[in-house]
Amino acid sequence: MSRLRVWRGFVLLLAGIYFAVPLAASVLFSVDNPMTKTWSLRAYTQLLGAPGFTDSLRLSLELAVVTVAILLLLLVPAMVATRLGAPKLRPVLELICSIPLVVPVVALTTGIIGVLRWGPDYLSNTPLFQTILAIQNPTFPVVLVIAYVLMALPFAYRAIDAGLGAVDVKTLVEAARSCGASFPRAVFSVVVPNLRTSLLNASALTVALVLGEYTTASILGFTPFTVWIASNGKNDGQMSVAVSILSLMIVWIVLLLISAVGRERRSRKSAAS
Amino acid sequence: MNDTAPTPVPSPAATETLSGGAGAVSTALRTPTPTTAKRLRPRGGAWLATLPLLIFFAIGFGLPAIAIAIGAFTTSDDSPGGGGTFTLSNITDSVQGAYWTALLGSIKLAALTALIGTIVGLPLAQAIATSRFRLVREFVRSGSGVLANFGGVPLAFMFVATLGNAGEVTQKLDLTKHGWSLYSFTGLSVVYLYFLIPLMILTITPALEGLRVQWREAAANNGATTLQYWRHVGLPILLPSLLGGYILLFGSAFAAYATAAAMVGASVPLISLQISNALSGNVLVGQGNLALALGLDMIVIAVLVMAIYLPLQRRSAKWLA
Repeated sequence: MSRLRVWRGFVLLLAGIYFAVPLAASVLFSVDNPMTKTWSLRAYTQLLGAPGFTDSLRLSLELAVVTVAILLLLLVPAMVATRLGAPKLRPVLELICSIPLVVPVVALTTGIIGVLRWGPDYLSNTPLFQTILAIQNPTFPVVLVIAYVLMALPFAYRAIDAGLGAVDVKTLVEAARSCGASFPRAVFSVVVPNLRTSLLNASALTVALVLGEYTTASILGFTPFTVWIASNGKNDGQMSVAVSILSLMIVWIVLLLISAVGRERRSRKSAAS
Repeated sequence: MNDTAPTPVPSPAATETLSGGAGAVSTALRTPTPTTAKRLRPRGGAWLATLPLLIFFAIGFGLPAIAIAIGAFTTSDDSPGGGGTFTLSNITDSVQGAYWTALLGSIKLAALTALIGTIVGLPLAQAIATSRFRLVREFVRSGSGVLANFGGVPLAFMFVATLGNAGEVTQKLDLTKHGWSLYSFTGLSVVYLYFLIPLMILTITPALEGLRVQWREAAANNGATTLQYWRHVGLPILLPSLLGGYILLFGSAFAAYATAAAMVGASVPLISLQISNALSGNVLVGQGNLALALGLDMIVIAVLVMAIYLPLQRRSAKWLA
């Protein structure tokens, strides 16, 4: 038994080293100045003033917020409705929400570029051409939002589906209706609050996905945060490493907070029952 | 998450709730009676509420899919004979020469890193799952959630800082002298494992927790050693989950783009890098649609991979429910 314990400790230690070394080395790299052999926080303090930093970060945050809003607006009514009145559509919905998982992002992006090329080729004299131009507006590329909603569908679907499975939507709506609530009111003030944790989960996954997404944005030629990090890294290696560490920390903190919120709610629920 | 990042994975919190939901789902499905369904239905029918999503999907996903399907089999607009005529040359070109090398390179890299990830991830997940310290388990679980989603650009830069030419570890240990290069097949494998191993831990942990203590006790009562227990009981039960995890890792590594693009550029031939090359116009005149054919190749392989994964997942769910 104790031999097993030693073995387990050894395995964990080895893994710990493998996963800690790049983190530690990156922190060291970001503060180290090999020329003067001194340490400085320059890479972190100059970050805010770096050209393009705030613009790209703002673009990423805006994209994240809009993506979450559209995703929830599309997904929640559809999923609630399939539980209430259209169970036959459920497999369809599930299929639709699983397909994006199978298609590599690079491949989806080639398809999007293919569509965007139709604009100048076939549609120059139609109003559709203006639409295709408008969704590529560099100050707010709607085409990225469309791509991100698609990429986030599988994860958001699973998170919300788990939430819906835990509450009896039918009974809730029935009860609210018999108390005189209108249908939309029943959904918004009774069903949605019960889904809070899973909606939060779905939103957090989506935000993390949008903030980290690089492929589509860089191939389509937009500069949200990750693309800025990549291009800036060619000029200032230290600063790009500093940003990378910060972005890892932010994602970790967000995920920890969410699992803490989820646990608190669950324990309160089990204490009440 | 990326994106290209490795396939995003639900956060630990999400996966937990996920497993809880399955049972309730089936009961909810069994109960509906036509009368209540009719009464509850909002004016216009419930399917109206699903319409926005269906339309969005048809446009957002359907149009690109059509573009790939048409583009991969027609000539490009800048080709000598004019665009739009049916041809198989895009497809045949996409599986020849440099593109074939890149496709094979991607498959080789994904197959190898997924294998290492599976072999390393299993004992690691077991060590964590049986750890006495709750804090260790919590920490590793959230850490795995972060790292599994943490591919892409930040990962590339962290490894450049660590093992790149001017990286801290490279300098300290003088690795360049020993022939080390991060910008190689081996280097890329080491980087990919940084998100693949946590992905494996996340995937296999529920299966490990599903192994009943009684099975182990029964084996021990019959005089089996630990090794015999794993050989004849543990591993056979885990096999579908392990294969499923391997497939998931393969798909994740195969689709990855950002890490490689930010780190190695073109020095390691990968299909995803070739596609972005082709898209940015770095191809011969008349081959503009080649990128679409390459995209189609990628989708075909990803679909094959999923076709293996989904039945496996169902089988392992049956055992470990």
